[in-house]
Amino acid sequence: MMRFLLLFSRQGKLRLQKWFTALSDRDKKKIIRDVTQMVLVRPPKSCNFLQWRDLKIVYRRYASLYFCCGLEQGDNELLTLELLHRYVELLDQYFGNVCELDIIFNFEKAYFILDEFIIGGEVQETSKASVAKSMEEADSLQETMEEYVNKPTY
Amino acid sequence: MPAPIRLRELIRTIRTARTQAEEREMIQKECAAIRSSFREEDNTYRCRNVAKLLYMHMLGYPAHFGQLECLKLIASQKFTDKRIGYLGAMLLLDERQDVHLLMTNCIKNDLNHSTQYVQGLSLCTLGCMGSSEMCRDLAGEVEKLLKTSNSYLRKKAALCAVHVIRKVPELMEMFLPATKNLLSEKNHGVLHTSVVLLTEMCERSPDMLSHFRKLVPQLVRILKNLIMSGYSPEHDVSGISDPFLQVRILRLLRILGKGDDDSSEAMNDILAQVATNTETSKNVGNAILYETVLTIMDIKSESGLRVLAINILGRFLLNNDKNIRYVALTSLLKTVQTDHNAVQRHRSTIVDCLKDLDVSIKRRAMELSFALVNGNNIRGMMKELLYFLDSCDPDFKADCASGIFLAAEKYAPSKRWHIDTIMRVLTTAGSYVRDDSVPNLIQLITNSVEMHAYTVQRLYKALLDDISQQPLVQVASWCIGEYGDLLVSGQCEEEEPIQVSEDEVLDVLEGLLVSNLSTPVTRAYSLTAIMKLSTRFSSVNRIKKVVSIYGSSIDVELQQRAVEYNALFKKYDHMRPALLERMPIMEKTASNGPTDIVQTNGETDSTILDTKHLPNITQPASQANDLLDLLGGNDVVPVIQTTVPTKPASAGGELLDLLGDLSLTGGPTPTPAPSVPMSQPSFLLDGLTSQPLFNDIAAVIPPMTAYNKNGLKIEFTFERSNPNPNIAVITIHATNSSEADMTEFVFQAAVPKTFQLQLLSPSSNVVPALNQGSVTQVIRVLNPQKQQLRMRIKLTYTHKGSPVQDLAEVNNFPPQSWQ
Repeated sequence: MMRFLLLFSRQGKLRLQKWFTALSDRDKKKIIRDVTQMVLVRPPKSCNFLQWRDLKIVYRRYASLYFCCGLEQGDNELLTLELLHRYVELLDQYFGNVCELDIIFNFEKAYFILDEFIIGGEVQETSKASVAKSMEEADSLQETMEEYVNKPTY
Repeated sequence: MPAPIRLRELIRTIRTARTQAEEREMIQKECAAIRSSFREEDNTYRCRNVAKLLYMHMLGYPAHFGQLECLKLIASQKFTDKRIGYLGAMLLLDERQDVHLLMTNCIKNDLNHSTQYVQGLSLCTLGCMGSSEMCRDLAGEVEKLLKTSNSYLRKKAALCAVHVIRKVPELMEMFLPATKNLLSEKNHGVLHTSVVLLTEMCERSPDMLSHFRKLVPQLVRILKNLIMSGYSPEHDVSGISDPFLQVRILRLLRILGKGDDDSSEAMNDILAQVATNTETSKNVGNAILYETVLTIMDIKSESGLRVLAINILGRFLLNNDKNIRYVALTSLLKTVQTDHNAVQRHRSTIVDCLKDLDVSIKRRAMELSFALVNGNNIRGMMKELLYFLDSCDPDFKADCASGIFLAAEKYAPSKRWHIDTIMRVLTTAGSYVRDDSVPNLIQLITNSVEMHAYTVQRLYKALLDDISQQPLVQVASWCIGEYGDLLVSGQCEEEEPIQVSEDEVLDVLEGLLVSNLSTPVTRAYSLTAIMKLSTRFSSVNRIKKVVSIYGSSIDVELQQRAVEYNALFKKYDHMRPALLERMPIMEKTASNGPTDIVQTNGETDSTILDTKHLPNITQPASQANDLLDLLGGNDVVPVIQTTVPTKPASAGGELLDLLGDLSLTGGPTPTPAPSVPMSQPSFLLDGLTSQPLFNDIAAVIPPMTAYNKNGLKIEFTFERSNPNPNIAVITIHATNSSEADMTEFVFQAAVPKTFQLQLLSPSSNVVPALNQGSVTQVIRVLNPQKQQLRMRIKLTYTHKGSPVQDLAEVNNFPPQSWQ
């Protein structure tokens, strides 16, 4: 299973963090610091995998963003590269030519898409169309401003 | 109160901040506004405020005051609220906060909501961050949803179940009925998550594993369909149909087939098919091949399939893609134990990977190279590994050096090669070798007796070149101290002997003492080496001078050593030669990792020892003399008893005990000095204990009673010493059946001249009354001529206030003990 998924810029600014295990805030911050540092110093043409503590770190750079996740020993690294690519494709399909700014300004949508793709560190849906459809329908359930104000909360 | 600013506004504003301080200020201002908005319990803007809070949280600012607000959002009817509320819960709440339990009821309600997307939200949240308590409470609901026909919910419920099982393994049974027809689904999402659920259950419980073995044919069929079916746009990735599902099925098959012949046979065909038909031009195909190889290696596959798998890995090694090479090296490392020969065939490719530019690949290649070293390829491999050691990054050097030492130890074709290799490592990566390699190397050098002259000469030459590498310097100074006489006399056979004078050698050692590059430990080594040369060289005065100078050194360790050595020159000059004798051969008990070095006292190879001529030693109150007198005659040799437990930690006592044996005549008694200077690292004494020091074969020799008088009974039990059949190990057990304790109990023994005997420390010197306990002591008897064992024993103790002394002869040794 995946232990965490991080998105960060080339300057090390965090754009998305998803944790699949319970950790204290301090631990999370430390992991982010360590992993970000480790990945940012790698030369451009190097291998996308590295060993860190007891985890395999898989990362890939898409334009100005690094997509990085920590895997357990039994997970398939090559397949995880495909997984990261699938997530980028989903974002791309949703935002239309996605770029870092889209993810900055619509981070909550990025999370929603991720939650339709992965739960508990495992893939839940392997069909791109299915994820896109779910997002569309869920978005349509979101109330407009008028509906929102008029609907009772409880 | 004006409406709180929108999320996008906030993000835009914060991004305009030019400094960290400016950003902090903006955030603080907005947090204050959000806080007051929360206080007003405003339902309309709560969602917006929490979203802003989540953004600020991502930047690293504290957001805990929003936790309760997330709960309120989750409880709200509005979908927008729920979405943000659940997101906030996943980001801000975790099982460490008690507050999270308040979520449980909301989640329970939402799990039964009429809208599937709301159900989906709660399933997702529970599956990501549900605590054990929450899982226990809600497992029933999840199980219900696992049986629904709605595939959108079913797949989420399956992964939620996986999380529940991870958190609360006892609940696994509960989900068993629901798994009945999971695999008959058409929906790939459900199939995938079902396979994950089944995998999790099988990994955790052997019972589940055997139960689910019957699914193998079904899994094989699904996999076959995926491969054989034509193009399906929905799940296609670069021409391969649903690689995620394929890999997961292969992983489940691996678990089900492991150790089971029938299952393994059922999957043989499909594995061969996948292995041969998968397209390898893209990463996705290689991902599937990788998983296939792992599966083939783990199950009981037929040999043809295994060879196919190793060949696939071999092809991976030659792939241009770094990731694939890395993955190949990792897999080969896993299989090298079981399929060693097959992996050996790819050795040259693996060794080439040592020269790869990528750090991850180099590390894997190094680990794999060490695993492949054997007696046949040691020379070639070592050349490559030494070259690697020269050129690799510092992070690798320590591991590489240790690996080289281990490999050299196991497979060295000759002693000279071994020593040359070690020298090479010390000179190229000297500062990176681990601390325990210095004593290991010293032990190795000691044991290669015929190479002493060659070794010391090479080490001396290395010292002349470079004194910065501490481990090298330490080993070199130890050797020079030990074999300096060989160095000066130019006795080297292997190489052209060099001409070096005593003064030159002392110059080098003194140079180490004063150099800034030397660590305190190194200085201690060289001081002791200089001291040892006082018995090997003739220029004693110079040595005396050096030693006395360091008597006032700031370094406490050096000072203590120098002061004691000084004392050795002055008051105890008669003991100096004996103390500074050649070190005897050391035996190792294990050759992997840190060794427990055992002192055998040179009993096994007494021919190799240079026994120095012992000067006459005055023996104040030597009990050994008494024994001699008592036993009257030259046919018996007294034995030095070891120190009584009152001074068990006396290093000096134990050292002198060793020397006592070497001399074979009455040696010096244990000195009252707390610690006679040890010229060797402490590991020598670590091995010396008062219990029998070897793993022996079961005692086949029957025990005997050696003495039984006045309530004191002494029994002898026998063991054979494993490394040397000439040594018999006798353990005496002294018991006291009288009513009073026997205190100050001392056991002494003497044997005829042709034997050698060593007494180790007794367990105590009080024999408790009424057989409540016993005193044990170990005697080791070397009997090279296999003569009949006889022994005279002397017992002294205090009983009921009065001292008792007794002598006895022991002749009734069973024949097996000395044959």
